[in-house]
Amino acid sequence: MPTLTKTACYHCGDPCAYHAILEDDKNFCCSGCLNVYKILCSSKLGNYYHLNHHPGESQRGEKNKFSFLNEPEIASKIIHYQDENKTMITFYIPAIHCSSCIWLLEHLNTLKEGITENRVDFLKKQVHIQFNHQKISLKELAELLSNIGYAPLINFKDASAKQNQKKDNLLPKIALAGFCFGNAMLLSFPAYFGLGASEKEFGRFFSLLSLLFCFPAVFYAGADYFVQAYNSFRKGVLSIDFPLALGISILFIRTLADYLFVLGDGFADSLTGLIFFLLIGKFVQQKTYHHISFDRDYRSFFPVAVDVIDENEIHKPIALEKLKEGDRISVKNEEIIPADAILLKGDALIDFSFVTGEATPIKKVLGEIIYAGGRQKGSALTLEVIKPVSQGYLTALWNNEAFDKNKPDKIRTLVDKVSHYFSICLLALSFGTLLYWLPQNWDYAINAFTAILIVACPCALALSTPFTMAAALSIFDKNKFYLKNTDVVEQLASINTLVFDKTGTVTLADDKGISFSEELNSEERALIYSICKNSNHPLSLRICAYLGIQPIISIQDYFEIPGAGITVLYKNKLVAIGSSFFVNGELNKSALHPEVHVKIGEKYLGYFIIQQQLRACLQDLMYSVNQHYQTFLLSGDNSHNAEILTTLFKKDHLHFRQSPLNKLNFIAQQQAKGAKVLMIGDGLNDAGALKQSNAGIAITEHINNFTPGSDAILDASSLNLLPAFLRFAKSAVKIVRLSFIIAICYNIIGISFAMSGHLSPLVAAILMPLSTISIISFTSIATRLLAKKHHLA
Amino acid sequence: MSIIFFLIACSIFLALIFLGAFFWAHHRGQNDDLYTPSVRILFDDEEKEEE
Repeated sequence: MPTLTKTACYHCGDPCAYHAILEDDKNFCCSGCLNVYKILCSSKLGNYYHLNHHPGESQRGEKNKFSFLNEPEIASKIIHYQDENKTMITFYIPAIHCSSCIWLLEHLNTLKEGITENRVDFLKKQVHIQFNHQKISLKELAELLSNIGYAPLINFKDASAKQNQKKDNLLPKIALAGFCFGNAMLLSFPAYFGLGASEKEFGRFFSLLSLLFCFPAVFYAGADYFVQAYNSFRKGVLSIDFPLALGISILFIRTLADYLFVLGDGFADSLTGLIFFLLIGKFVQQKTYHHISFDRDYRSFFPVAVDVIDENEIHKPIALEKLKEGDRISVKNEEIIPADAILLKGDALIDFSFVTGEATPIKKVLGEIIYAGGRQKGSALTLEVIKPVSQGYLTALWNNEAFDKNKPDKIRTLVDKVSHYFSICLLALSFGTLLYWLPQNWDYAINAFTAILIVACPCALALSTPFTMAAALSIFDKNKFYLKNTDVVEQLASINTLVFDKTGTVTLADDKGISFSEELNSEERALIYSICKNSNHPLSLRICAYLGIQPIISIQDYFEIPGAGITVLYKNKLVAIGSSFFVNGELNKSALHPEVHVKIGEKYLGYFIIQQQLRACLQDLMYSVNQHYQTFLLSGDNSHNAEILTTLFKKDHLHFRQSPLNKLNFIAQQQAKGAKVLMIGDGLNDAGALKQSNAGIAITEHINNFTPGSDAILDASSLNLLPAFLRFAKSAVKIVRLSFIIAICYNIIGISFAMSGHLSPLVAAILMPLSTISIISFTSIATRLLAKKHHLA
Repeated sequence: MSIIFFLIACSIFLALIFLGAFFWAHHRGQNDDLYTPSVRILFDDEEKEEE
């Protein structure tokens, strides 16, 4: 038994000191967790709790509604296959995290009739379900999953993107290249060890077989190199693929000619080996995070469907993109406003922290325009849509040209620059040699010319970047820093300016910063809510958002003293909410965080702690980065935290009230001045800046949460490691440079053989694997040593 | 020594069978999820007594 069992929830393991619900001698933190437990026990699925301690996720908070899945039009978008009595669907379920999850989700059929098959893909956090829709509807299925604590996240953008993801055949290509390489190598051994005169016929036979192995290796496994070389050549760039494709084709032609005209043994083993190693390099470079998506936009954040109210006051869900001007919509507590709209009915207290960066929820009155993306905190609202979803104040950001650009062209990677000059030198050298020998000996000239192109084929050069960067990526990954691809390491290394977002990045935005010192009963909660609702003070608004929906209690004689607190009369008792001095008459200067005290009549209830929201690691972090980088802060919020922030940033480097477009333009301005900008943000309002910056890092409290499109995603708990990450990225680029030097040394040795015309297949066969293996081991070992040095392990 | 021709043909044929088996398995999607089966195999069989 774990040590904390006394107060830990049996289902989710959260501490449940105050509200513990006791059932079957087990504690539960909330009714949600208890419900899941009851459902599972009644279906004899208690084994769920035996596989792991506290396997569940906390069930506090609002449950999603799935009534929109009853609309065939919406449902058809996520269903893979459907016939008369069978439907196949794949749900993405963020809550999947342990073996209990797999076990439970694969026993769904014992919970409800009609589910015929279910398989979990753990790494992708997906469950594939096959069910009979005569017996259970899609909506019921989604609700069932939600009721046992595995609410599916339904999102059209992610779903369609996954399906379009083309399956590249890298693995079969590697298998084929490896097969050809292994066979060709064995067949060429006899030639290297020498064949007797009587065995000459074998030599010819082995050469033929080796040649046959070259065909699939070149035309299937290596075909991509020709395509890529051609594509980059058309753009006027000599990328690394160019000398590779040249090397492959020369090797192939030479091997073919050697066999046809009985000139020698050919280079079949070097050729197949080259393709095999290159593909391995490609494979290493392809690091995929199945559960993380780096290119989400607002569509992944917005709801899938919206409740539209028709003339007869009937609520009907419709798909988000079908929403048009003039539609009346209903938005409930914790739901997101899907389009710019006018408030028609209800108390609007909107949390815009994710969209504009304003930390305090904002009150809106009837008739006011509410921009899309805000989250309602409180009772249901009725709104009238005034702009289609894609044309909203926030969503128009995605029409900016920054989003048209293709990311790969953002920087030219180091290997591209090097290979450009390398290709030119190579061509000059080989044609020089050809022209030098041509007048003397035609045969010799061709021999030396092809030999140079073969031996200079930059296999080691092409592999040094993938192997170094893949090792760097896995180091970052261990430290909860997830990079989109290996190019991002180079982008990080080039950075000289850091731009931070405020809300959610430098400060914490959510309600977690608030807690009450004692236990509040429901009446007290309702009373405090009813009082604070009348106030526009930021602290009152945050307390309201923290308390959520509460019934309104009638109060009298509301009186607010600015800077002190509020008094009201409730059931003939004086209720005071405010500062310690205002409520208790005690001056409490030692308090670290703002406190809001509550007193009803003569009974002192306790106080809210509204924590100072700067992230804990920030002081050290800023001290460290300020020494080496320019730092800026862009906030969509007003400047009320400015005093604390001036200790961390230069005063004129703080920019407040920045719209999403302002942020994007600010980054562009800095870039025009020659700065290489790293943007660190978390919200949708940073999406433009993240896209425009040289490298954009989205920061998140939980890796499954929504993050705007970015180059990398950083878990907030690792933010303090940022300076180390940046230093390490620089070191990784240094390693790549060093390995380039090693690779070029090998090339010089090889070319000196080749220019004299003495390249035997044996020398090529030794040189190529030797250089490859030494480069791979150098980069892997050096990267890991440097990671240790930077304390990233 | 000409038996070598036959032997080599045999060995390459065998290797091709394995290569084919790999391709078949890959196309069947057997490499799609390499993690979940390792967990799944550890679950006990059904008929587990409730406490």
